[in-house]
Amino acid sequence: MSRHHGPDRSLRHAVRLARVLLSSQYALMLEFRAEIVLWALSGVLPLIMLGLWSGTGVASIPGFTPQRLVHYFLAAFVVRQFTIVWVIHAFEEDALQGRLSPALLQPLNPFWRYLAAHVSEQATRLPFVLAIVALVALVHPAALWWPTPAGLLLALLATHLAFLVRFVIQSALTMLCFWSERAAALERLLLIPYLFLSGLVAPLEAFPEPMRSFALNTPFPWMVWFPAQLLSGGTVPVARGFGVLAAWGLLFLPIAVLLWRAGLRRYSAMGA
Amino acid sequence: MPIIRAEGLSKTYRVADKQPGLLGTLRHFVARRSRDVPAVSEVSFAIEPGEIVGFLGPNGAGKTTTLKMLSGLIHPSAGTVEVAGCVPFRRQGRFLRQISLVMGQKQQLIWDLPPLDSLRVNAAVYGIEDAEAHRRIQELADMLELGDELTRPVRKLSLGERMKAELLAALLHRPAVLFLDEPTLGLDVNAQARVRRFLADINRRTGTTVLLTSHYMGDITALCPRVLLIHQGHLFFDGRLDALTERLTPCREVRLELAEPQPAAAFAPFGALESLEGRRVRLLIPQEQLTGAVARLLAMFAVLDLEVSEPPIEELIGRLFQQGVVG
Repeated sequence: MSRHHGPDRSLRHAVRLARVLLSSQYALMLEFRAEIVLWALSGVLPLIMLGLWSGTGVASIPGFTPQRLVHYFLAAFVVRQFTIVWVIHAFEEDALQGRLSPALLQPLNPFWRYLAAHVSEQATRLPFVLAIVALVALVHPAALWWPTPAGLLLALLATHLAFLVRFVIQSALTMLCFWSERAAALERLLLIPYLFLSGLVAPLEAFPEPMRSFALNTPFPWMVWFPAQLLSGGTVPVARGFGVLAAWGLLFLPIAVLLWRAGLRRYSAMGA
Repeated sequence: MPIIRAEGLSKTYRVADKQPGLLGTLRHFVARRSRDVPAVSEVSFAIEPGEIVGFLGPNGAGKTTTLKMLSGLIHPSAGTVEVAGCVPFRRQGRFLRQISLVMGQKQQLIWDLPPLDSLRVNAAVYGIEDAEAHRRIQELADMLELGDELTRPVRKLSLGERMKAELLAALLHRPAVLFLDEPTLGLDVNAQARVRRFLADINRRTGTTVLLTSHYMGDITALCPRVLLIHQGHLFFDGRLDALTERLTPCREVRLELAEPQPAAAFAPFGALESLEGRRVRLLIPQEQLTGAVARLLAMFAVLDLEVSEPPIEELIGRLFQQGVVG
């Protein structure tokens, strides 16, 4: 068995592992391409909200013209597609079906596999997202815009960071699967504030002031509204946005690690 | 120096206690009650490097729980355990690289992809270079008589092919200790024989220590010079298989289909009558009397069909405990 010594070999090992995990998960995702089309279609909530808002409500959103609103919701749709996290559902099913045990017996934390699965799913989702955007542009040519290079770069960074933070927060909740066989129900509960406060149903500017202030103290708007505004050319506090996302991630990462260690002590390898 | 050492190993599970019916359901919803169920109690044994040891016991005896503790999947409630110089439940990389667990009804292979994809992942996880991984896969595939099965999705493989691919995946990193939980469950006779041959071969070639549970006496007799016998969480026997066989009354199961139904008393001279359903009869006959008994049965009754087999190991062990031979 080859062992790894020194930072060079460790890095080489990590890069190879990442490459192999991503390619195998991508191959797996391609087996489910029809399902991924349906997932991509199921994320069109921002486009539905666009239809609702463009009727009457635009005038009441400060700083939003009808065209800006179209750009915002299209950007929110794209951001949403690349920040979807389902690790709690996958983990819960794996734990109940006894598939977690074989993964625990390997010298690799199973969450790296889940992370690779999410990234691969995003890669699989990309062409379908582009197709939906192209379709919207075909029907409504005014919906398209060219983001500035800086806006595009920041939006990309913010989207990836938002995804990672969501993954870390949901991973911390996932650890509750060690205590309850139905921990995913908690995630379903959190979906309600996520939907309303993230900016998926309306840009944060449409909220009354107390509501907006409250929302900005939660992680939710920074996961969709913040990157969507960056992408669509809106005005957002850039440094605060990245700072808040990093802070939520850094808060939940040690919680996830501690719960993981405590959870493993309770693990009874059910179903295995 | 033992490669596996367990001292007073115990595991108690806390399980929910729910009464049946609507009232029980409502009570369970309002105030959950649970109770402690001891699965393994003060089990001690030591296994030397290179041994193949059979782990026997009826369902629920504590075999799988013990294997889970030895492989580090679950924490023991009490006692100490050491495998390959490590404490399993700490799950250090050094430990995980030295062991493998194969469960007959569970798989580590990715269900929708060919086994080769899972093997590539395993090679990367264990840090085995591509060329070396390729060489090992080839060698193990030859031993297991696996060919194009490695490029077919796992879900399209037969149970036997899948188990062979699982064994290949489990041994790619050359573990020092291999735990097997019912590796031949559900396999046909030929596949069982191939798996047994492979395990014996691997043990001989690489000195891998093997601890296996099985319901098939054939697995145990073919592979394990030494057995551990566990019942209701307690270890009752630890010794050579032939010493255990001496304690078991060696017998064979004889199934008959008769042309005409016969009274139970008619079978008393032949052995223990296990069941009598119309024209179908099941007898347990001591092995040394088998030939004579079968000849007399054929002479005495109009027999349409006759089958001789080993009785299930669970039944033999059950008898053993009933007779109080062990303990």
